[in-house]
Amino acid sequence: MAVKTLLEAIRDTMFSEMARDERVILMGEDVGAKGGVFKVTEGLQKEFGEDRVIDTPLAEGVIVGAAIGAALNGLRPIAEIQFADFIWPAMDQIVSEAARMRYRTNGTFACPLVIRTPYGGGVHGALYHSQSIEATFAHVPGLKICAPATPAEAKGLLTAAIRDEDPVLFLEHKRLYRSIKGEVPDGEHVLPIGKADVKREGSDLSIITYGAMLHLAIEAAEKLSGEGISAEVLDLRTIQPLDRAAIAATVHKTNRALILYEDNKTLGVGAEVSAFLAEELFDELDAPITRVASPDVPAMPYNHGLEKAFLPQLEDVVGAIRRLVAY
Amino acid sequence: MRAIGSATEPRAETKASSPPAMTPQLSNEQLRQLYETMLLSRILDERFWILNRQGRGAFTISCQGHEAAQLGLGYALEPGKDIVFPYYRDTGLVLHFGMTPRDLMLGFFARAADPSSGGRQMPNHFASAARKIISVSSPVATQIPQATGAALASKLRHLDEVTAVCFGEGCTSSGAFHEGLNFASVHRLPVIFVCENNGWAISVPREKQMAVPNVAERASAYNLPGYAVDGTDPLAMYAAAAEAVKRARSGGGPTLIDARVARLTPHSSDDDDRRYRATEEIEQARRLDPIPRFRQLLLGRGILDEGADKALRERVSALVDDAVGFAEASPEPDPATLGRHVFAEDTGDGLTTGRGEVAEWR
Repeated sequence: MAVKTLLEAIRDTMFSEMARDERVILMGEDVGAKGGVFKVTEGLQKEFGEDRVIDTPLAEGVIVGAAIGAALNGLRPIAEIQFADFIWPAMDQIVSEAARMRYRTNGTFACPLVIRTPYGGGVHGALYHSQSIEATFAHVPGLKICAPATPAEAKGLLTAAIRDEDPVLFLEHKRLYRSIKGEVPDGEHVLPIGKADVKREGSDLSIITYGAMLHLAIEAAEKLSGEGISAEVLDLRTIQPLDRAAIAATVHKTNRALILYEDNKTLGVGAEVSAFLAEELFDELDAPITRVASPDVPAMPYNHGLEKAFLPQLEDVVGAIRRLVAY
Repeated sequence: MRAIGSATEPRAETKASSPPAMTPQLSNEQLRQLYETMLLSRILDERFWILNRQGRGAFTISCQGHEAAQLGLGYALEPGKDIVFPYYRDTGLVLHFGMTPRDLMLGFFARAADPSSGGRQMPNHFASAARKIISVSSPVATQIPQATGAALASKLRHLDEVTAVCFGEGCTSSGAFHEGLNFASVHRLPVIFVCENNGWAISVPREKQMAVPNVAERASAYNLPGYAVDGTDPLAMYAAAAEAVKRARSGGGPTLIDARVARLTPHSSDDDDRRYRATEEIEQARRLDPIPRFRQLLLGRGILDEGADKALRERVSALVDDAVGFAEASPEPDPATLGRHVFAEDTGDGLTTGRGEVAEWR
């Protein structure tokens, strides 16, 4: 085990997967000589050459479109979108093409492709370097979505994504790139896509979350343990497919559910989790399903105070937990 | 204040070039086969319309008037070796690449055995992995960046294969067209961009789509050759495509071919083009019908005679008759297969509709 940042875990995984399989290529804006705007791809072009680590024109549609074509012709491309906020020009390629290729050919074509992109805010990225995009893409069957919260998860899920036979949107929370360190298993480490993980055992309520909010959830749970509140924390790890069995299991155990996510609240991942619980575990709930998320404003502002006001804070989570347990 | 783009400013020299003159090397037998596939495409297409008007199929979209461009291109490529990204009018091209009238009729009737999609897609949304015919979708131009990517893979894998991608002129105004050609030219990829230019983006004529008279001129923006070709002449098209294939195979990079064709039908079976096309324009398009013209050429060269032509038409019609009978009698897809092939592992995740399925999380 080595202690790595989330960023190092992602970079090292690309190194090892590109060394293992020569079909894996990387393409995106500034991924070559510069090593990416966050330095996630640093050193990859030097190691694997300009053929396999390609600085593309500044056009997301062709980054994903060409990656699809390369995937159809035997490669395993990783397409990097520099910021998730800039993914929309590639929407047609992702939604109409990659996610439907297998279905529309009745299983005779596959599109093994990873689209990596940094998402999320809290780094003064303002409206166009802070977005959470998962809910929009989670509405697209045929696309898998990973949102790791720890370096070990990042390694395990990115390895699985690169080896997957279907398109995977791999979301990297940019605030965690360097702020989160953790032990990462050496050698082969593959986590199944579609499996959540209980990060903290508890009995009074379940906090269901993913990405950067996992760390806030654990902080809130630790804080309240001194008050005799026992919170279980479920890390979804993947948004699509959603691990409904794990969601059901934790709420079956605690009978209370708090869903915590950074995306704006309406029709976010929490809406689906909430609907699922209401449909399937109605009789087991001892309190209303509760969501803590960001407000439905168009995007995250730049100013520090406004940014903080946008993002769920520790006191928001603590307050929600107290209300749920007291209900 | 400076005037930008003043009216007196001379226009840049943007004339489309012609491919270098060359004599097509097609044998008489190949020319006869080319004609036969053009005829098969046409008679098959005409049957789709009849079946549609009889209420036996919900939709059709035509190749009529495009056959010469498709077959001229097809003969410059090597089926089985080269890759094609067709679009929904490319009946002739996919027949040349090995799909059969039965295959396409199974698609028309949306039967389970439809090789393109098992009845999931609209007719003429071709696909055959074995024949290197890449799946067609309905959004236009999405296949252009993909073809660039397929050619990138050919280059990285050191495969001696050329990718050809077809599209209408309507989509050459889209961003995806620009992005695909630009990327391909930067990396000098072995890809041929083939515009089947019939002058109509559904109801919008060429002059309302673009400010240049030829799509070929757009090539100059990407520093690649752009050929303006009479796409109603299969030999002219073959000559241009053969030159483009030669360039692509030898590492010379991509070519844009602007094949002027005629649209002999409405956009699709759901369109009535009399609402927006003048009678004279439709008549003019009919005079450009490639099939009678190529027939005359073959008759003149003694490659075909009236008796052989009649026999050929009968044989092709019989093939189409067979395809109709075969496909219509073929089983429909089982509705229980609706959730299949969302992912490789067939999770069935697409079936959580709340309509009585067993909840898959239990």
